Amino acid sequence: MDWAKFFAMGGYGFYVWGAYGVTLIVMIGECWLLRQRARTFTRRDGQS
Amino acid sequence: MNWLKYSAPQTFYSLAGKLAPWFAWIAVVLALIGLYIGFFVAPTDATQGEAYRIIFIHVPAAWMSMFIYMIMAGWAAVGLIMNTRLSSMMAQALAPTGAMFTFVALWTGAFWGRPTWGAWWVWDARLTSELILLFLYVGYMSLTAAIEDTRRADRAGALLAIVGSINVPIIYYSVKWWNTLHQGASVSLTKSPSMAKTMLLAMLIMNFSFWAYAIAVSFWRVRCIIREREQQAQWLKEVKE
Repeated sequence: MDWAKFFAMGGYGFYVWGAYGVTLIVMIGECWLLRQRARTFTRRDGQS
Repeated sequence: MNWLKYSAPQTFYSLAGKLAPWFAWIAVVLALIGLYIGFFVAPTDATQGEAYRIIFIHVPAAWMSMFIYMIMAGWAAVGLIMNTRLSSMMAQALAPTGAMFTFVALWTGAFWGRPTWGAWWVWDARLTSELILLFLYVGYMSLTAAIEDTRRADRAGALLAIVGSINVPIIYYSVKWWNTLHQGASVSLTKSPSMAKTMLLAMLIMNFSFWAYAIAVSFWRVRCIIREREQQAQWLKEVKE
């Protein structure tokens, strides 16, 4: 399997990975924000 | 089994906490299978080359953006009519995920449009109505966040969500009603899909992955909302973790 050829995506690499990359970032970002939101409780509950 | 008991926030809180990790794992596994088929099994498109592989996330994200909106408006309506607390919380839990999928649909659409149409963006009916959907989600989120009293916030949000739901069929039928640059549906309930079987399979698996993701994330978020709203409740103090 030629990975350089795979990542080039027949010349459309920028578009394909630009689409997939940002999708992955926003999905992980949503989970991260949610984790922060949940943490404010565990922190406060731990103190009280 | 009494399903109705799960409509109470305190019972749903622990149920959602138990189910969410399972849906998260299903989402990851299906995404890996879907991406494998999408990138290594599905053939290169004859006219679009490799750029078409964006559809494996674009189409499921666009479907999810409309589907989540309808579910959100549905829960908001139930909350408005029946005055059930959990329904309104569920509506609020879905909004950010719906907005995220709408953004993904627009973003991936732009990255597909540039190489195939030669434009990142055009003001055609499909793209414009999808952008309005993003504004509706953002409007719903800002409105409910801006009103201090949660019951009033739920009611105002529900009205916006219900009125805004008129936009969803407009998005869906926009490619039929107007002469759009955006192509018509490749997959519909009434005729057989106009694409290769492996392409369709990858797209459907990615769609189920996004479904599982949306369920997991909205369950986690509804737990946060329940905790935020019921801070003073005794049952929360008894919940471990």
